[in-house]
Amino acid sequence: MPVALSSFDRSLLSGEQGAAAAFAMRLLVRFAEAVGAERFTDIEAAHIDGCLYLGQVSLDFVEHLVRLGGRVRVPTTLNVGSVDLIHPELFLGSDEVGRGGARLMQAHEELGCVPTFTCAPYQTIFRPCFGAQIAWAESNAIVFANSVLGARTNRYGDFIDLCCALTGRAPYYGLHIGENRRARVLVEVESLPEEWAEAGLTCVAVGHAIGRRCGDRVPAITGLPASTNEDDLKALGAVAASAGAVALFHAVGLTPEAPTIEAAFQGRVPEEVIRLAAADLLETVRKLSTVPDGTPLTAVSLGTPHFSLAEFEGLMPLIDGARPAIDVYINTHRAVLEELHRRGWEERLREAGVTLVIDTCTYVTAVMRDLSGAVMTNSGKWAYYAPGNIGVDVAFGSLADCVASARAGKVVRL
Amino acid sequence: MTVRLQATTLVAGSAAAETLVLSEPLSFWGGLDSATGRIIDQWHPQKNEVMSGRILVMRAGRGSSSGSSVLAEALRRGTGPAGIVLLARDAIVTVGAMVAAELYGKACPVVLASEADWTAVTGAASLSIDAQDEAATIEI
Repeated sequence: MPVALSSFDRSLLSGEQGAAAAFAMRLLVRFAEAVGAERFTDIEAAHIDGCLYLGQVSLDFVEHLVRLGGRVRVPTTLNVGSVDLIHPELFLGSDEVGRGGARLMQAHEELGCVPTFTCAPYQTIFRPCFGAQIAWAESNAIVFANSVLGARTNRYGDFIDLCCALTGRAPYYGLHIGENRRARVLVEVESLPEEWAEAGLTCVAVGHAIGRRCGDRVPAITGLPASTNEDDLKALGAVAASAGAVALFHAVGLTPEAPTIEAAFQGRVPEEVIRLAAADLLETVRKLSTVPDGTPLTAVSLGTPHFSLAEFEGLMPLIDGARPAIDVYINTHRAVLEELHRRGWEERLREAGVTLVIDTCTYVTAVMRDLSGAVMTNSGKWAYYAPGNIGVDVAFGSLADCVASARAGKVVRL
Repeated sequence: MTVRLQATTLVAGSAAAETLVLSEPLSFWGGLDSATGRIIDQWHPQKNEVMSGRILVMRAGRGSSSGSSVLAEALRRGTGPAGIVLLARDAIVTVGAMVAAELYGKACPVVLASEADWTAVTGAASLSIDAQDEAATIEI
């Protein structure tokens, strides 16, 4: 069935809104037909995952839009790029990726995108409101916007995210529509490991389990710790969207569309019930490490998705004292860096042996100086992707374990 | 004898070539080497097959949306398929082929076959596709 076009959609297609918008709308109409959308909807914001250099086509696409005079029609944030433009000396990759990557980031700015270069745009002033229709790319940002904020986006990606930004329109299907946001699978966390004082590890374990077992079905989770905070939910969503195609989860009593189980399921019955006990969670977390305790480390990497200000607040009391024996990297973004600077923490972190990585992330580009040994992280997403992406062994643990292991130069658990 | 089947156009163009019929859907991201046109997914039953210049026949798409970039990059380099026949609509494949057509003028027609014709399509050693904006035909 053909997609119904508004008069504005037709004006976009005809070129009245510019040649770049016409090009973008042509692609969007084909995309809408392919996903079976009946019409388009206005969007309030977009987040573009086009700044990582994946080959010449990445650059050709954006340069084409720049030549056509393209301009985004809604506030548009940018995901990480291939290089840290604040600290260009950190980049250790090829000239092609370094030059192409930097140009790709700049070309997006020329289209009017905001140079946030973060996978956590929800930590910036562009954080969407409840119910906002948006077109976001980047799997962790998508799941955070849908689940924690109650904004509405599908899993947009390659090319289409930018087409939505250039037109201010998105195909109205999937998670833009309220009834499609109801939970299908009930995930009951029945018991928690006694040794886990904070909610972080539980959230990573639950996220990993729902990614593997729910696929793209919306889960509703009960039994998460009462202390679960926004960064814990960020970690849960990020690993769920890595291990599976999760774009939305509900945490009953914690996320805005799930004050109760009934609300999460919109009055319907779960298709499936998954029960997780303490032993399952311990086993899931154990499997995220590819090396045993005591293994020598070459680095610790934190901040995937980007480390928030609240996470730095939790880290600062831990860094005073002995310097780390190995490299410590923390990925974060410009807005947090500015606040670290204002508080005098940027200097304290540097003195404590921390390398701040801005605009990019240690698992998507060549930044880490030594990849010859194992790397420890508190990120379930980093642990999931880094072995394949950059070929390292991984140890996964809590933030406190990571700090202690950095000092010991090997994997230790507190 | 030539058999002519009705199909639906996802991306316009025409092509005639031998087929590569996939027994399972392929994610282009992590599954196709755009430098060679070779299937590199370790878990795919047709690993190491080359799709360059052939008509790719697969039931459905799969995997990350970065697959659009990988398909478009393969078509840019001339290592991609000559055309694609699907049974289920797929946005990742459609967008990748559209971008290559728009940017480089390299047409890789993408058409949707009907369930009733699927056995004939997957059994053909070669196919020709004629995909116009209004309608498409597949000739066996």
